[in-house]
Amino acid sequence: MSPQPEAAPSGVIHDIGYRGYDGPRLGRNLVARALFFHSLRGVFGIGRSARSKVMPMGLFAVIWLPALVIAVITVVTASQGLLNDVPVQFARYPMLLQPAVAIFLGTQAPQAVSLDLRYNTLPLYLSRPLERVDYVTAKYAALATGVFILLAIPILTMYIGALLAELPAGEQTGDVVLALIGAALFSLVLAGIGLLIASLTARRGFGVAAIITVLVMSYSVVSGLQGIIGHGQSDLATAGWLGLLSPMTLVDGVQTWALGAESSAVAGPPGDLAGLVFCLVTATVVVGSYLCLMYRYRKVTV
Amino acid sequence: MNSTIIRMTARAMLGGRRIYLLAALSVLLLVLAVLLRLFADLSPDDTAQFLHGVSLSTLLPLFGLIVGTGAIGPEIDDGSIVYILAKPISRAEIVRSKLLVAVTAAIAFAAAPTFLAGAIMAGTSANVALGFGVGALVAGVTYSALFLLLAIATRHAVIVGLVYALAWESLVGSFVPGARTLSIQQWALSVTEAITGPGVISSDVSLGAALVLLVLVVGGTTWYAGERLRVLTLAGDD
Repeated sequence: MSPQPEAAPSGVIHDIGYRGYDGPRLGRNLVARALFFHSLRGVFGIGRSARSKVMPMGLFAVIWLPALVIAVITVVTASQGLLNDVPVQFARYPMLLQPAVAIFLGTQAPQAVSLDLRYNTLPLYLSRPLERVDYVTAKYAALATGVFILLAIPILTMYIGALLAELPAGEQTGDVVLALIGAALFSLVLAGIGLLIASLTARRGFGVAAIITVLVMSYSVVSGLQGIIGHGQSDLATAGWLGLLSPMTLVDGVQTWALGAESSAVAGPPGDLAGLVFCLVTATVVVGSYLCLMYRYRKVTV
Repeated sequence: MNSTIIRMTARAMLGGRRIYLLAALSVLLLVLAVLLRLFADLSPDDTAQFLHGVSLSTLLPLFGLIVGTGAIGPEIDDGSIVYILAKPISRAEIVRSKLLVAVTAAIAFAAAPTFLAGAIMAGTSANVALGFGVGALVAGVTYSALFLLLAIATRHAVIVGLVYALAWESLVGSFVPGARTLSIQQWALSVTEAITGPGVISSDVSLGAALVLLVLVVGGTTWYAGERLRVLTLAGDD
């Protein structure tokens, strides 16, 4: 049928009676807060399918169990008077379980950002009042908080064990506060690096492999080099400086110098200058990965 | 073996920028070896410890994981495996062709650099280079075969593989001595130990047991991967 010239196209949007939303709009900050809590739950698989809970919860158990065992050992041996200090320093716990922490980060950082890229949900987020800076901050904060919870609960468990064993409470409390600050540094550095790598790929498997490779390779290379240079050549100063080159030993160095922990690496930062450099590099990594994330999310595609 | 599948797999695994990322890891190892040789006074023991820590216990498992799952994982993920499965090629042959590519990549980018790094660091003393080269070769083949099977058997192959390689071999192995018997790393170390002679490095598994286990695992996983590929179901993404 040919269109009639008089009946010009007269499309109309029918009002079929749906009510519009005229309630209060919560605005940008609350959207960002919702995204933060949604992502934080996602880090532990809460609110996702049972299958995606297996990995984070399993790793959480793996990381928590040794702390529980240590706490029990502390209580039992202290009651028999065999022990006058905690068997494992609180601050050394993250380094002790660093392979498990690396796997947790490798699996959960892509969970936090790669899926948004893969299923194109990022444009939907950004079409809300949410800004790019809110998205990046919410995701970074969520992953860092997740890793912090992962590290803090075992540390607190060991602390409770130490208190129950009636070890000197003041000393233990000081130690645990420092260890928690260290754990916060670990989580900020690791989450920044993990998120940055994960945000570069929409493929989850690739993100997992890349994060693990970076974290684990750098750690094993640094400890290999430190082993040769520190133990073999007895050059502990150079070995200490090498700690700058991997995220784990970097934060360990800050803990050693600034927070008075025992180093878990072959050698901590040699001297005050090195300690300052370790702190500066740590701050640079945190701020740098945040800025790089901001830069990366100027585009929504990979 | 099917040359077309080999060519396609090699292109998917090594094409584009990916080959540079893989090569970066092996270059890193070689650069470290050169630097250590230049600036440190190395004994064969140092070399052995370094190669054990960096190459055998980290680079090889990670590399086996990347190439083993990378040989078939992405195709199963995006469903394009059906175009190969629909051809009149036996599934076992598909697995063998893909395994060949994975093994070649693992040897070229992980085992050969390990041998070279050993040669740079220790020269010919105590057969360290040869020992670790052969050990890395054996480990590369075994890891590739195992992780290729994993990629067919589960969609979460990368994660399961990581848990095996890092959690089981490193973490559990350092607390529970018995776990070390069931570890590809220890079997490879046992081969290394046999070549370098005792004293440089030690393994928890005897050479005979290690060789039998290695052959069994490579043969078994390759065969079972073919069987799994016969009954592969393409499920939707979860």
